[in-house]
Amino acid sequence: MTRLQSAFAKGHPALVCFVTAGDGPTPAILDALVEGGADVIELGMPFTDPMADGPAIQKANLRALAAGITTSTIFKLAAEFRVRHPEVPLVLMGYANPMITRGPQWFADQCADAGVDGVICVDIPPEEDGELGPYLREKGISLIRLATPTTDVARLPAVLDGSSGFLYYVSVAGITGKQSAALASIEEAVTRIKQTAQIPVAVGFGVRTPEQAGPIARVADGVVVGSAFIDLIAQHGDDAAGPVRELATALAGAVHSARKELA
Amino acid sequence: MTIKTPNSFRNQPNESGHFGQFGGRYVAETLMPLILDLEAEYRKAKTDPSFQAEFDDLLEHYVGRPSPLYFAPRLTEELGGAQIWLKRDELNHTGAHKINNCVGQILLAIRMGKTRIIAETGAGQHGVATATVCARFGLPCVIFMGATDVARQAPNVFRMKLLGAEVVPVTAGAATLKDAMNEALRDWVANVHDTFYIIGTAAGPHPYPELVRDFQSVIGREARAQLLSRTGRLPDLLVASIGGGSNSIGLFHPFLDDPTVKMLGVEAAGHGLDKLHAASLAGGRPGILHGNKTYLLQDEDGQILEGHSISAGLDYPGIGPEHAWLKENGRVDYTSVTDTEALAGFQLLCRTEGIIPALEPAHAIAALQKVAPTMDKDAIIIANLCGRGDKDIFAVAEHLGVSL
Ligand SMILES: Cc1ncc(COP(=O)(O)O)c(C=O)c1O
Repeated sequence: MTRLQSAFAKGHPALVCFVTAGDGPTPAILDALVEGGADVIELGMPFTDPMADGPAIQKANLRALAAGITTSTIFKLAAEFRVRHPEVPLVLMGYANPMITRGPQWFADQCADAGVDGVICVDIPPEEDGELGPYLREKGISLIRLATPTTDVARLPAVLDGSSGFLYYVSVAGITGKQSAALASIEEAVTRIKQTAQIPVAVGFGVRTPEQAGPIARVADGVVVGSAFIDLIAQHGDDAAGPVRELATALAGAVHSARKELA
Repeated sequence: MTIKTPNSFRNQPNESGHFGQFGGRYVAETLMPLILDLEAEYRKAKTDPSFQAEFDDLLEHYVGRPSPLYFAPRLTEELGGAQIWLKRDELNHTGAHKINNCVGQILLAIRMGKTRIIAETGAGQHGVATATVCARFGLPCVIFMGATDVARQAPNVFRMKLLGAEVVPVTAGAATLKDAMNEALRDWVANVHDTFYIIGTAAGPHPYPELVRDFQSVIGREARAQLLSRTGRLPDLLVASIGGGSNSIGLFHPFLDDPTVKMLGVEAAGHGLDKLHAASLAGGRPGILHGNKTYLLQDEDGQILEGHSISAGLDYPGIGPEHAWLKENGRVDYTSVTDTEALAGFQLLCRTEGIIPALEPAHAIAALQKVAPTMDKDAIIIANLCGRGDKDIFAVAEHLGVSL
């Protein structure tokens, strides 16, 4: 089993946590997420033009770039994380240009060397898969795709084709940090997707609190939380690790036990 | 380097929306189904005579086409070389070529049943043109404009508001055109169900570069017919300024398969190519932004750099993908002129022809100053005068040290 497969085979839904690389004390923040109970880490690669992100993550991107984050530093952060946490899957999430700028082969090689388990690229749809997908798959790195409320039944197989690890269901047609979708519509969508998908389905966008995450974890294989952590990091800066650990702990409690309450 | 010459330069993009290695559809999944719908609808519209008839009718009676092709005798004499002819798209309703594309896109939006229009704008010309067609068709309109541009293009902001549009100042990033485009894309993802995004240049995800080019190609088709009927021959050279590349591709495309016609695209060299500028072909390299693969100003990590030009309409760190392709296959030549040279071109046209150009085509005029004198007196150049200068007189006054 790969690290990503194991993360979704623990007998409880997975908590997936997103933070932006280079925004705040990243190594301490990543450790805090793991200590709090995160099952999968998504490490955002900052980009000057984060078109799919709301104000919170946009600002985090710009803060990280202003603080001097580079692609090589991100791979160093990932490699060091892998040494400290041999079992916790780490996924890089970001936009196409920083990923392909030195060529997709270079990027896939770097991911493999740093022990990165998967890549989410917001702006490479299945139609443009050749830009990155084949290089990642060849190295055994999961290409994790996004499905959205506009991805209909006819299109879903194309989205799933060539993707692995998990499917990231974006519960709202919109940008990160905005309102969360109604639980009923999430449930309907996840049920529909799981009829086709052979891989776990994690739900994200707009999930901020344990109260929101728990009910979603009853229907989905995983819950993704991002902007809520970013807000804490914006607020606490160098001292963010503590508050991040607290939020992760509370979210993990809700997500991991969601189905027990049900039973 | 050997370049394989295609049979035709006019049959791009391919089925997947690529111009060679450029173009494509690099968008978030939420937008992908809509982009595919748009493409399907555009294919239908393209072969629907009633769509074409409505487009042509609006261009004639609302926009005021055909625009004149004007022989510029005193400019020709002053430069002392080739005959210079100006394609007068600055005489269009709203004062620039942008309206050609907006008329086409709003007809598409209506065909698709969309009830809300958004657009990005830099100089404000595309914003004004979009607000104009929205007023004409009674659709609500939201224009995203970088806060920096809102400040330097105040008259156009007021025009948009008069026309009933909501103007949203964008403070993200450097608060210019690329940031306005990011914000428009964010709005679009959240409102795909009812919203049509009228992109203002021949860039963005497929099919935008193709459809914007097709709507703007009226410029080149008219110019070709006009020159043939007046002189019985084709031009030797076409010259046009490039922001995203819509006025230039509109002029060039109908001539691409005429091997004797040379073409020159003029990028904005700002303070100079070794300083801050907006010349993506001269100073950039291929990358992915705003839905397409093309030449971009970027650092070694692929972070996008801010462009700079005296002209807000050229101040964009990318360029339409068809130009990237035409550069690589060598069919079109590209050059760049600085802010200072553009200001000189601006004044030259005012003085010699009694025409106040926008700062964007002033870059084309500045390029003429370099190339026309090197050509024979019987050679013919057509330059695209794609916008008038009313919007720019304040900026020009400031640069010339005049307080109004
Ligand atoms: C008059 C005029 N010309 C040119 C441009 C640049 O755009 P494009 O290269 O798409 O023609 C603009 C953009 O605002 C403009 O207003």
